[in-house]
Amino acid sequence: MIRKLKQLGLATAALGLVLAGTADAKVEGDTVYLGSAISLTGKYSTNGEHTQRGYDLAVKLINEAGGIMVDGQDYMLDIIYYDDESTPARGAQLAERLINQDGVEFMLGPYSSGLTKAIAPVTEQYGVPMVEANGASLSLFTEGYQYLFAVLSTTEQYLASAVALAAEIAEAEGRDPSTLTLAAAFENDPFSQDIRNGVLADAEALGIKVVIDDQLPPELNDMAATLAKVKALKPDILVVSGHAKGATLAIRQMEEMRVDVPMLALTHCDSADIIGNFGEAAEYTLCASQWAPSLSYSDDLFGSAADFAATFEAEYGYAPPYQAAESAAAVMVFADAFERAGTFDKAAVRDALSETVMETFYGNIEFDETGKNIAKPMVLYQVQDGEYVVVAPTAWAASEVRWPTPPWADRQ
Amino acid sequence: MLDNLQLFVDAPFLLIQVLLDGILFGAIFAIAAYGMALVWGVMNVINIVQGEFVMLGGFITFQLTLWGIHPLFGIPVAAAVLFVIGIALYYGVIRRVVDKDMFISLLATFGLSILLQQLMNQIWGGDVRTAQSGLGTWFLFDYTVTVGQIKVVACVGALILGLILIVFLKKSRLGQAIRATAQNPRAAQVLGINTDKVFAATYGINAALCGAAGSLVVMAYSVHPYIGLPYTVRSFMIVIVAGLGNLPGVILAGLGLGAAENFAAFILGAQFQVAFVFCLLIVILVVRNTLLRRKRKYLK
Amino acid sequence: MNGRGQIILGIVIVAAALAAPLVFPDFRAQIAMLWVMVLFALTWDILGGQTGYNTFGNILFFGTGMYAAAVFQRDGGFDYFPGLFIGMGLGALISVALATILGSMILRMRGHYFAIATLGLGIAAGEIASGWDYIGAGSGMSPPLFPGAPGVSYIFFGYLFFGLALITFLLLAWVYRTRFGLALNAIRDNEDKAEAMGLKTDTYKIAAWMLAALFLGLCGGAAGNMLGFIDPRDTAFAGATFGVWMVLMAILGGKGTLWGPVLGAFVFHVTQEILWTHLLGWQRVALGLIIVGIVVFFPQGILGWARTRWPKRFGHRVETS
Repeated sequence: MIRKLKQLGLATAALGLVLAGTADAKVEGDTVYLGSAISLTGKYSTNGEHTQRGYDLAVKLINEAGGIMVDGQDYMLDIIYYDDESTPARGAQLAERLINQDGVEFMLGPYSSGLTKAIAPVTEQYGVPMVEANGASLSLFTEGYQYLFAVLSTTEQYLASAVALAAEIAEAEGRDPSTLTLAAAFENDPFSQDIRNGVLADAEALGIKVVIDDQLPPELNDMAATLAKVKALKPDILVVSGHAKGATLAIRQMEEMRVDVPMLALTHCDSADIIGNFGEAAEYTLCASQWAPSLSYSDDLFGSAADFAATFEAEYGYAPPYQAAESAAAVMVFADAFERAGTFDKAAVRDALSETVMETFYGNIEFDETGKNIAKPMVLYQVQDGEYVVVAPTAWAASEVRWPTPPWADRQ
Repeated sequence: MLDNLQLFVDAPFLLIQVLLDGILFGAIFAIAAYGMALVWGVMNVINIVQGEFVMLGGFITFQLTLWGIHPLFGIPVAAAVLFVIGIALYYGVIRRVVDKDMFISLLATFGLSILLQQLMNQIWGGDVRTAQSGLGTWFLFDYTVTVGQIKVVACVGALILGLILIVFLKKSRLGQAIRATAQNPRAAQVLGINTDKVFAATYGINAALCGAAGSLVVMAYSVHPYIGLPYTVRSFMIVIVAGLGNLPGVILAGLGLGAAENFAAFILGAQFQVAFVFCLLIVILVVRNTLLRRKRKYLK
Repeated sequence: MNGRGQIILGIVIVAAALAAPLVFPDFRAQIAMLWVMVLFALTWDILGGQTGYNTFGNILFFGTGMYAAAVFQRDGGFDYFPGLFIGMGLGALISVALATILGSMILRMRGHYFAIATLGLGIAAGEIASGWDYIGAGSGMSPPLFPGAPGVSYIFFGYLFFGLALITFLLLAWVYRTRFGLALNAIRDNEDKAEAMGLKTDTYKIAAWMLAALFLGLCGGAAGNMLGFIDPRDTAFAGATFGVWMVLMAILGGKGTLWGPVLGAFVFHVTQEILWTHLLGWQRVALGLIIVGIVVFFPQGILGWARTRWPKRFGHRVETS
């Protein structure tokens, strides 16, 4: 009985603690709080961590440089994180919690399109500006959201350059692009499905015939069935997108099953570290990327893209995947908007955000009326001699694309 | 769907490829299924944490490769480590639920599976991990059908493990004690068998089998903290199809399930592969139950 | 607890529930979610606790209701509120139909085969939903935005879920006293004997599952709108979270009792909300430990423990011998 009472007392005390902690926390003293629900556990935890580190690094550098100047006073940045466990239902609840209980008035996005889709309706309702760096689904920007801004290129652009490249090469070879065939294997999640829509639309526009259109389950551990089809139908292009898992499986099983395709295009090559894991077998692979350290962008905070990569590696011990870079850029966008708005009023900051024109190490940032960044193109890498080399768009291309991929029998 | 079937007519070698891939994958399910059948038969516990044991075995092997050890050595190491973990879990948790309602043990092992998933995530991160065995590929029919050698190693390994297990249960003292306990725990106890120890050994052996399977998975496929459940469910299916105490049946059912699943993925599209597995599970249960009902019995 | 005590307690809870979203406006999202949890636990207990059929598949009805309502709102061409309510009704209808059809097949199994079959049902439903283009496949669905001022939606849904939970509770309180409730208990205690006594056990079991499906279907339809985004595996057919929580909450509170699931849902939800945010990255370890702890050391639940501790209060005669 006494134990029971003690437990009851403890519970009450804990509840009191929570109630007490609901003070308005958006600006405390000289600190501005941003909020973010991020995936630290669950299926997105790796990329969630990249995202968090990108945010943290930008906050750290901004604060070390003296913080942000708003209306004649210096403010430091800080971020309140919650773990959304990679589930959208939790994400929406946590956004609500950040806004209502923690008093956050400015949000940084979560990782993945699915989570962003879950959180955007909440921030929109409260008129809380959200700058996100990891929700690329085009469908996020057809809902008419006013408070959602994305620094990254949207999904329909991910593999568009790969498809366009294939068509270009075909024409150069004197072949009509409409004679090309394409095989698609996309994971069954909002992000990959949106890329799929983009690829299918591009293929249709160019008259390319889609011969395989498989959707991969998230618990995917074997894509032999899909690859067997590829072997039989011999498409000219194979596109696979399924986060790091899809990239890993595609390379491993294509090597093992000797699947010969003239062009293989993937997403998430760097987060799957296909070069480190598979070496030779990763050669010739094309990879869509939001950003690359070799690009010639730069800004005052981080310096050039390569400088960012060096700073990040010094801090965390590994080369930054683009997820980290775009996340850092999102924080910079907020800092810039605060300074231009000269106030922490939500509506004023939102207006300032919509007028953003920035050059950052990550690329240029300028939002259209739906909130997506229209100033930065996607880049396409190819794995050449154990390095990621930018091959498209031409403005940044460091090297010619190597095409076609020779059959496995002639490699090694 | 029809054009996928048409492919088989156009390119008959695909039939062989899909069948082979399915069977080779199925062999790994079979290993995990032996363990599940053993624990179920002896202890009357359905071990939901099976898939996480498999993943853990894979991660241990992966860890060895980070230290520069060839992943094939991971098979005995993972088995040994998992054996110890299995025994520890038995004395910590499973022991207290063995004699309880089946539902309690189901939930307890489910809790363990969430726990292990998250611990693996904390230790190795949420990345997909693979280990390179360095083995090559065999080609049949003029490069049209390919067989990864590691998959064959996995399949043969599964068969050997099955054989060892059968001999062990038949011949060794502990094996006989395990079988006696499975038949009648009380009688076994009366005859001087320490059933507690037998249970611990059984659970440890199960974990070790899963660990070995995990090593093979990380070499032939990939591991990730959150993809253990399919292995659990497939083990369960194999066991209910084959029946308890029927090890050759388990192997056959494992290979058959692998093949059926791969054909489903090929014909229906990969998005319905998992749905197919679970629908098949329900259909098998319903059919078996309906057949039993005719004899006025039921699945329980 | 005697009858009058229960009534007074009931009135206090209803009054507190009505006042809560207004007194603690910052917590309205959590309060709304609390009633969803109560609904989960109450409906699970109909079959799980009262009838002794432990299901892992009730999430099927929640997800079905969610999708049915969202699809109706998308294609029905109604305004927000009529669309929502008709959609919820439709979802409940489909859920009940599913419970009837599937129940007549699956409820004939017993014990762990039944448990695993229902587990399979829930997962299969999630996988099918994520492969089906008509309902958005893997991209999920976004129900229409709630019309009205920010934050009002959670007050609206909070009261809606409270109303649903209250109706469910009162209905169950009545049902458990009727012959129907006694029949369910008889099935739990000994199905073969119940059958030998002439009870049509299959019919009772299916009817019990239909009852659960009805309320979960309604609950799902509204929950999809409240959460704002429907993901096939993680929101609608979220077997690994909601699906397991409903079982846990009922067991934690004391399964097979009327108040147990309610109590379990309160304790579970409040603990989760208080602890989770302080355990960045370790929540699932904690959840795993909680599950193991509850089922291993506390399988009779809070009410079960109280009942053995103070049997007289629960109207049991205490044998002195």
